[in-house]
Amino acid sequence: MMYTTRTSPLTRGVVHLVLVAYTLLCIGPVLLVAINSFKSRAAIFRSPLSLPDATTFDLIGYRTVLGQGVFARYFLNSMIVTLGSLGCVLLFGAMAAFALSEYRFKGNKLLGLYLSLGIMVPIRLGTVAILNMMVASRLVDTHLALILIYTAQGLPVAVFILSEFMQGISKDLKDAGRIDGLSEYTIFFRLVLPLMRPAVATVAVFTMIPIWNDLWFPLIVAPGEATKTVTLGAQVFIGQFVTNWNAVLAALTLAIVPVLVLYLLFSRQLIRGITAGAVK
Amino acid sequence: MDSLQLQNIRKSFGSMDVLKGVELDVTRGEFVVFVGPSGCGKSTLLRIIAGLDDQTSGDVRIDGKLMNGVPPAKRGIAMVFQSYALYPHLTVAKNMALALTQEGVAKAEIDTRVATAAAMLRLEALLDRRPSELSGGQRQRVAIGRAIVRQPSLFLFDEPLSNLDAALRGGTRVEIAKLHRQLGATMVYVTHDQIEAMTLADKIVVMNGGVVEQVGRPLELYNRPATKFVAGFIGSPAMNFIDGATAARVNAAAVGVRPEHLVVGRDGSWSGTISHAEHLGADTMLYVEVPEIGLFTARIPGDVAHDVGDIVGLTPQEGRLYRFDREGRTMTG
Repeated sequence: MMYTTRTSPLTRGVVHLVLVAYTLLCIGPVLLVAINSFKSRAAIFRSPLSLPDATTFDLIGYRTVLGQGVFARYFLNSMIVTLGSLGCVLLFGAMAAFALSEYRFKGNKLLGLYLSLGIMVPIRLGTVAILNMMVASRLVDTHLALILIYTAQGLPVAVFILSEFMQGISKDLKDAGRIDGLSEYTIFFRLVLPLMRPAVATVAVFTMIPIWNDLWFPLIVAPGEATKTVTLGAQVFIGQFVTNWNAVLAALTLAIVPVLVLYLLFSRQLIRGITAGAVK
Repeated sequence: MDSLQLQNIRKSFGSMDVLKGVELDVTRGEFVVFVGPSGCGKSTLLRIIAGLDDQTSGDVRIDGKLMNGVPPAKRGIAMVFQSYALYPHLTVAKNMALALTQEGVAKAEIDTRVATAAAMLRLEALLDRRPSELSGGQRQRVAIGRAIVRQPSLFLFDEPLSNLDAALRGGTRVEIAKLHRQLGATMVYVTHDQIEAMTLADKIVVMNGGVVEQVGRPLELYNRPATKFVAGFIGSPAMNFIDGATAARVNAAAVGVRPEHLVVGRDGSWSGTISHAEHLGADTMLYVEVPEIGLFTARIPGDVAHDVGDIVGLTPQEGRLYRFDREGRTMTG
């Protein structure tokens, strides 16, 4: 099955054509944002598709954004929220997956299903209830509020994917640890988690991007100046009558950078994990 | 004093009984092998001895101390797994030392013990390597080394040779036997390979369907199998069984004769056509199709001229015919 694409150069060409087309489709808008962020306002509207040249090159957008000063704060907020929730999702997701796949207890399967149920129910349906909860627990306008929400949002997929992977880890290895007197926590953190790296990287990428990009919950739960995230912060440039496109595009372009770095970090792990498994 | 004592061990998973009351005494220094087909409960029994699984009922005693509910690390045991189960992030030396570090043994003592074990297993040159840089045989030696350094009162082996290729398996088998002589420790070994069982064991425990069929020295099992199952399981190729009228003539439900105890001649008790012949040099295996009875296997020393299609007679050697009753028990007299 794997080799069918190798047999015919024509099939291979078509497959690559489709892939390239899809890639362009995905990258196109992002590239457009990045290109136009380096152009003057007039040039953005006159020829939005052309690259910046000597006459149209303008850093006014970046100067506006960085000149605001608060933007560094917004970036920091986004980072805190994303990394905080990512950490929680991966830690608790992996621990739950370990418990579900390692220990036999009554209702094990049912609990696994229950935990995965969240995949099918969008968390935004519960926005009103969540907001009530946050108000009642005085968490509105805190990073913690967002971290808690995003942890809840990311856990179902994390538990689902990680418990599948967890089942593939040698039972003997864990038993050897038990015989050598390692605690269950040591077995989990020192033996199991390092072997789970590729799966954890996959889950990290899936979890991270929607959190970084989210506008909904920061707007509702943490709109205050001190907790504003980048996506929410960029909205200040979008006015009811006038929109500072230079600034919006520059802010969005800057917002791509950290998440891109994180992605590259994880995807390296991901690829290393895949090849290590293949060679063994 | 007994090194290991099992009393009426039962284990059920849900409504399925995996072990149905196992009794066993193992004296100090003995090499005991649990053998049986897959699913007979031998691995489960080993895991219960190790404390990795809990028995549903019954008592496990190690060195006379009741071990029910005691965690694996506190039982004075060490275990070698089929898949080696080395810690991938630790060097060979640290793999061997980990259990001792956990127990809080002094650093100098750990170093001596690791060095001794490494010398015993020819691992000195590999101490700084990671498991991923070792071959299968080396990994298994490290796994054995990890068990030795703990100086346990009981060694447990869970099919340790199954992942090795045939040539390496023979060599490692000899090494384990040598190790047993050197250490004089009590060892419990699980395998489905009856050759490993026959060559290593002081005492073989043949298990089938969650019960112990027979316990005895290897040749005792070969010469005096207690049941039809043991007769068929010990010895390779397996014993030939004949039921029906032939067996009824000697008042048995079935009779059995081992391939090596059949004499091939022009005529004999049974005559049939050779359907396949395997010439191994030292032995020749003849598969003889006897009409109305079935396929016989005969093992003849040396190379013989018989070939496929020949009609030959088969006669069991004097006193080498086993009789079994309806419940599969061996009939004596």
